[in-house]
Amino acid sequence: MRFSAFILILLLYLLVGTASAQGEVTADDVNAIAKQLFCPVCENEPLDQCGTKACQDWRAEIRLQLEQGATEQEIKDNFQRRYGDRVLAEPPREGINWILWLLPVALVLFGGIWFARYLRQLQAGKSDPAPVVSSASGNPTAPPPQDDYVARIEDELRDNE
Amino acid sequence: MSELPEQLELNEAESAEIKPRRKWWVYVVWAGVAALILFLGYGLLNANETRPEVGKQAPDFAMTFFDGYEWEDYQAANLSDLEGKIVVLNFWASWCGPCEDEAGVLENGWQAWRDDDVVLLGIAYSDIDSDALDFMERFGITYPNAPDLRLDASDKYRITGVPETFFIDKDGTIAYVQPGPLTTSQLNSILQEILNS
Amino acid sequence: MLADIGYASLVTALIASVFAAFASWYGARTGNHRWVESARNAIAITFPLILVACLTMIVSLVRNDFSLEYVASVTSLDMPTYLKVTALWGGQKGSLLFWNLLLSLFTAAAMQRKWREDRELMPYALLVASFTQIFFLIITIFFENPFTRLPVVPLDGRGLNPLLRHPGMIIHPPMLYLGFVGFTIPYVFAMAALMSGHLDDAWIRTTRRWTLVAWLFLSLGLILGGRWAYDVLGWGGYWGWDPVENASLMPWLAGTAFLHSVMIQEKRGMFKLWNMVLIVITFLLVISGTFIVRSGVISSVHSFAQSAIGPLFFGFLVIMLVFSVYWIIRRHDALSAENRLNSFLSRESAFLANNFLIIAILAAVFIGTYFPIMSEMFGDKVVVGPPYYEKVTGPLFALLVLLMGIAPLTMWFRTNGMKMLRAMAWPAVGALIPIVIMIVVGLGSPGTWLGLWIATFAGILTVREYLKGTWARMRSKHENPFRALYSLVARNRRRYGGYLIHLGVVAMAFGIIGIEFFQQETQLLMQTGQTVDLGRYTLLFNGVDRFAGRDDLIITEATMDVYIGDRLVKTINPRTELYTRTGQPMTIPDLRSTPLEDFYVLLVAWEPQLADQATVRIYLNPLVNWVWAGGIIFIFGTLIAAWPDRADEKAIAASRARQRVAVATD
Repeated sequence: MRFSAFILILLLYLLVGTASAQGEVTADDVNAIAKQLFCPVCENEPLDQCGTKACQDWRAEIRLQLEQGATEQEIKDNFQRRYGDRVLAEPPREGINWILWLLPVALVLFGGIWFARYLRQLQAGKSDPAPVVSSASGNPTAPPPQDDYVARIEDELRDNE
Repeated sequence: MSELPEQLELNEAESAEIKPRRKWWVYVVWAGVAALILFLGYGLLNANETRPEVGKQAPDFAMTFFDGYEWEDYQAANLSDLEGKIVVLNFWASWCGPCEDEAGVLENGWQAWRDDDVVLLGIAYSDIDSDALDFMERFGITYPNAPDLRLDASDKYRITGVPETFFIDKDGTIAYVQPGPLTTSQLNSILQEILNS
Repeated sequence: MLADIGYASLVTALIASVFAAFASWYGARTGNHRWVESARNAIAITFPLILVACLTMIVSLVRNDFSLEYVASVTSLDMPTYLKVTALWGGQKGSLLFWNLLLSLFTAAAMQRKWREDRELMPYALLVASFTQIFFLIITIFFENPFTRLPVVPLDGRGLNPLLRHPGMIIHPPMLYLGFVGFTIPYVFAMAALMSGHLDDAWIRTTRRWTLVAWLFLSLGLILGGRWAYDVLGWGGYWGWDPVENASLMPWLAGTAFLHSVMIQEKRGMFKLWNMVLIVITFLLVISGTFIVRSGVISSVHSFAQSAIGPLFFGFLVIMLVFSVYWIIRRHDALSAENRLNSFLSRESAFLANNFLIIAILAAVFIGTYFPIMSEMFGDKVVVGPPYYEKVTGPLFALLVLLMGIAPLTMWFRTNGMKMLRAMAWPAVGALIPIVIMIVVGLGSPGTWLGLWIATFAGILTVREYLKGTWARMRSKHENPFRALYSLVARNRRRYGGYLIHLGVVAMAFGIIGIEFFQQETQLLMQTGQTVDLGRYTLLFNGVDRFAGRDDLIITEATMDVYIGDRLVKTINPRTELYTRTGQPMTIPDLRSTPLEDFYVLLVAWEPQLADQATVRIYLNPLVNWVWAGGIIFIFGTLIAAWPDRADEKAIAASRARQRVAVATD
């Protein structure tokens, strides 16, 4: 009995504690969330900047939900559920939107692999019909025959510098 | 864009290979070009699509009514469930000034025409639900109303702003579109005309 | 009457362009030079004709000829004269007319200058150029005619969009257009090279400076656009990753890649095909950017009103895309490299890595900008906002800056890796200094420290290129430091102008890190006499005032004192302007600006009845001025690199002459 009373008091204390830690909701708290949302009424303008009546109402709603103790993620989820994915500044990573997130990564990866392979090909001159280079490249790291030319260019560059 | 660099690589490889092998990447490039064209073409068509025209089937959508603003006994309904009635589909929002002027017109219209198989149906566009409820209470609105969930309905009707009203005939085709606020006389004459036809 | 003259000269210009297209095609087919010359004359005459059309439009604008629909839509009686002139590009129709003017000017100039040298390319260049001109003239004459009359002449016009009345916005669009249109010239010559089969470097040499000039204007347009956003749009930033901004960034990126990779072709005869592809991409991005901006395919704050020209631009884009790809595929055999890559560690591969990173950034921006179309295809519409672009392109930009620092240490053919590492050693250590300072002050996170390190490292390496060169000259030529630096740059302007551009980028990188990672902001309702602290600043609110301004403006202005400690440093007046005719509000910030940071205040909201309270939003933007300073350095460097050079011209002429001899003796 005593123990459960203790638990009860502890729970109450925790509840009061978290509530007071939240304190008053400021405009900054509202803006921090509004920044991550787009109101369909002002296209391509983040909610924290848009001045229309509709967007003011939306910000008031964020404030209300914050005061009711909702977390940032919960508020964003609420808006997404109610108004669709278009209200999120960062498209949710689900369904077709994965294309948006994965395509650049895939391009960089494949591009990188291709790029490295291509460089190696260019360098080794594999099955290269041009006799100038292939004659010298029994060993790919061997200096190419234009070495004196290289030296000349480097001199030229040094002169420029 | 991704296939373009491949030309370089193949171009290199190719100088040594036999001719027939070169062809496949050309198809890849052309396929990419075609895909890009189709993609942009779709975007263009989609952007140029306008409101559903008069005479066309009214796009169906699902709605969950606001508490206290249900249609008959239904908590939720599809627009198609209202077939057989004339539907005055009104997109509005609590943040929209002209909607305030229009609210009384629509409520009076609802009272005047509800016995003639006319249903007034409000859809609150991009609105905070509590604000929408306040608005309806303030203007004494009693006709069925639903939030525009995920902006699905306004997308389907391609509204250009609020208020915007679609008159849907008993067979589910669009009979008249009114962008901007309605007046009582307009409402009456449009409904009369639909009923007469 | 005047408008009729303008319209008639536009129609004449169209006829001349059609003739030019026909004559150049016929001349190319028959090899008859007289037809080609005739085509060139026809192209040359389109410029004065379109100029006449533009002048009549300007006169109509200045004289308030509201019988013209365009004049009535962009001007009003109370607008000052200079704004009426700039209203020429203040709306869809006028800006297309202006686009025509720039295109004809560039084409005429390009065709005049290079007549003797590029005899083989000329007919095809004329053909492609006149086709482009025909397209834009047809749009202007038949679809977006700025000389259309109103049935009823209004007493006053609607006035220019207030957003476009800012000085930055007056010159920002022409700069962008100059950049966009400028890239037509390299494209035209590239296509001429492909069609004629003269695939040597002639087209690159002919258009090298055009490319640089187009790129200069595009850079200038982007920087001015950022400054304009910062000054007028009132959201504390300069770049919002809006589709329209992206539409102008993308050709700039492709152009940047081209300017780098073209150097490999000049030095080593490699990557001819790739350069061709890059310039084609740049041009197509200009057209597709214009397409999405003006057709409403992707909605944006900046979009023009939706109009019928979407399908036309789409058609043009398709034609140019298919045409370009066809010719590249057809000629790709002849575009293979003359040389092999000698080493992984070489200037060539550094340029290639640069291209790789830039194209990756371009691809990410492209995907983000066009993705909403795809999302609509599959149902749920999405908006791709700044977080996406920041996350995806941020690391790539950081790598690019790092590469920008290291690349000058590489040599053509091959580079000694050990030497390079040694050369990087002390700059790498020196670049730790800002991080140490940051850690001591207790600012930032590992990510921002890395960013700062990269920017500092690249900055030190670039400055050292100047120091090394100056030092070498001082020793070998016994010049004083200033003289040595001057002659160093003068002797190799492309190179050292390029490094100056790199320094500008480094400065911008600092500014971007500052504002992206260290921006502070707060918003609150203030009463008269109330103060608020942000950073080391204290802001005292002294009330709001309301009065009528110029034109049809009603201005609501707050008076605030900015203190650092107890010292008053500035009194600022952020305000909102309401254009009563259109009901459009604008939020104009006021700020206290120092090289270290901007204290930037916006008047967000106020109650009309209450003069003693208002909601204000305050930003502290560290290092944002570095972005603008970097921009100025950037432009200055581009000017150094692009300025006409007689010696250079002579060298080109000489190399051409040599080539001709070589061709003749083949």
